[in-house]
Amino acid sequence: MDLQTTIYIVVGLSFALYIGIAIWARAGSTSEFYVAGGGVPPVMNGMATAADWMSAASFISMAGLIANMGYGGGLFLMGWTGGYVLLACLLAPYLRKFGKFTVPQFIGDRFYSKTASTVAVICLLTASITYIIGQMTGVGVAFSRFLGVSSETGIYVGMGIVFMYAVFGGMKGITYTQVAQYIVLIFAYTIPAIFISLQLTGNPIPQLGLGSDMSGSNVSLLTTLDQVVTDLGFGKYTTTTAGSTLNMFVYTMSLMIGTAGLPHVIMRFFTVPKVADARTSAGWALVFIAILYTTAPAVAAMAKLNLHSTVNAAVMKGGDLYAPEASIKADERPDWMKRWEKTGLLKFEDKNGDGRIQYYNDATKNADAKAKAEQAGWKGNELTVNADIIVLANPEIALLPNWVIALVAAGGLAAALSTAAGLLMAISAAVSHDLIKGVFMPDISEKGELMAGKIAMAVAIVISGWLGLNPPGFAAGTVALAFGIAASSLFPAIMMGIFSKKMNKEGAVAGMLAGLFVTLFYVFAHKGIFFIKGTEFLDLIGGANSFFGITPEAFGAIGALVNFGVAFVVDKLTQEPPEHIQHLVESVRVPRGAKAVDGAHAH
Amino acid sequence: MDDTSAAYWRATLGLLVKVLVIWFVISFGAGILFAPALNSISLGGYPLGFWFAHQGSIYVFIALIFYYAKKMGDIDRQFDVHED
Repeated sequence: MDLQTTIYIVVGLSFALYIGIAIWARAGSTSEFYVAGGGVPPVMNGMATAADWMSAASFISMAGLIANMGYGGGLFLMGWTGGYVLLACLLAPYLRKFGKFTVPQFIGDRFYSKTASTVAVICLLTASITYIIGQMTGVGVAFSRFLGVSSETGIYVGMGIVFMYAVFGGMKGITYTQVAQYIVLIFAYTIPAIFISLQLTGNPIPQLGLGSDMSGSNVSLLTTLDQVVTDLGFGKYTTTTAGSTLNMFVYTMSLMIGTAGLPHVIMRFFTVPKVADARTSAGWALVFIAILYTTAPAVAAMAKLNLHSTVNAAVMKGGDLYAPEASIKADERPDWMKRWEKTGLLKFEDKNGDGRIQYYNDATKNADAKAKAEQAGWKGNELTVNADIIVLANPEIALLPNWVIALVAAGGLAAALSTAAGLLMAISAAVSHDLIKGVFMPDISEKGELMAGKIAMAVAIVISGWLGLNPPGFAAGTVALAFGIAASSLFPAIMMGIFSKKMNKEGAVAGMLAGLFVTLFYVFAHKGIFFIKGTEFLDLIGGANSFFGITPEAFGAIGALVNFGVAFVVDKLTQEPPEHIQHLVESVRVPRGAKAVDGAHAH
Repeated sequence: MDDTSAAYWRATLGLLVKVLVIWFVISFGAGILFAPALNSISLGGYPLGFWFAHQGSIYVFIALIFYYAKKMGDIDRQFDVHED
């Protein structure tokens, strides 16, 4: 069977499975629709949370970025897992005790103000829609290669499928679908990694393979990789940081607190039966996430080594990387390169006209590498590889069987679709429950509320699909922006709502608005107003990364500091919160008396 | 706030501080600030600082959450505020 047919069959089967589950688990009531009736056991909830959490950014994009960045890519690994520690011990159990559907509802009740909940809805929508844009980018990349369509058509197909099961299934359907999606995506990620680790090091466990010696030699894989990339003028793999150490620090922090502030993740902890379950559920979620996250650095390093050895024979055999016969002949390049060239995400250009492909860093500061390249008659780097294709192309680079390649395609789509569905649930709940029922139409019927939620999802899908056609960066970069927005706006407000009895509504609202505003200002300066190209205003802030060299993706942590600071000052200048709110905070801190989650507003 | 619930909250915060200090030292300490120094030590074929950033911190995070959940359960029972 040829590759294309195998891909159609595997992807088609996985989709049929998800849609089947969504129909089987249709939601009847609002409680089932939003929080699956509050009855999902912790291990299964952990698995669904993991699928919800691991998006196209984790699956498709992250390992490719790590391969490019080396050690500095660790900021994604630490940032997107460390946040669970914060979630488990600072937020999840208390929000579960509070016992409502949504994050804006908590903020509205705790800060006794509809203004506060409306501001929280705005923050939530900004973060969630930015996040879905990143997913749509990933879906576009995956479909364009595997279904042989343009990335635009890919995005339209993805929009249709997400809409179908998010709308019909609700949270109960999504939870069970996500369990299935987790299983598909984790096999799709680890199986090729096991094959490749075995090929390169003889050790089947990628986490150990990365720290092992190369097969048939006593030099470790990382040492070999360091040697090859530095010889070719790239930064040393195991020590290159992401910008300055300060930037890496702030970036990691931003991803961690963003994790803890993202509404679609927090919402998952409302679906467990008890407060104690909310704590362990976060642990289980991280176990399931860690299977992929500890494999990713191995995938990254091994894919990088394989890519270099594909184009340069001296990488594996040893000898001179700059010898003329070491570089591969262009017309002998493998089929997978030709396949990816069609998508435009991999490009080859014979600059020195020798009919061979030279892949190296032509902008290197390493004088030795520069001299060698000149001596060998190399006229510039001839191969560009888009970071977002590394994971998808990885099994092809390692020449693995067709069914593995097809499985990876299904996994990438599962990751993107499950996250998009979870985010749409959060958007739908915020708009229908917090905005329409909570503020504008308190008497709306349960049926009307469900309908409003579904319309909100449809609108969100259209907006994010449209913005996804013209994304602000790589999938993982766009998603990191969404984390920055959540980190700077929602996380501080929730934290202060639980840990400070005296924080009042004026402080919380001013803090959220200030945090959101400075972060968006810095991000839009780099990426354009609402990510529309051509509206960047870098001159106004004094050039790119002008704030101590911090990149826009990393700025969320600074926004959070502004949020805390403004909230503190405004709180000191205005009235204390009323007595009953201080009692509410005390009761949230104690597990006993937790009830099933319901949607009633306190006012 | 009465005495028991004040004591319960103090115990909770005490545990939180302990967990968050470890969280910070492992990721931001060993994984970022001290990574260059730790890289001179090797763990299998891994430089140690690189290992903390790409592997070790994740394992520690998992252990931390389960440790926290267990200790928190103990504190709940000690102050008789657990569920059921």
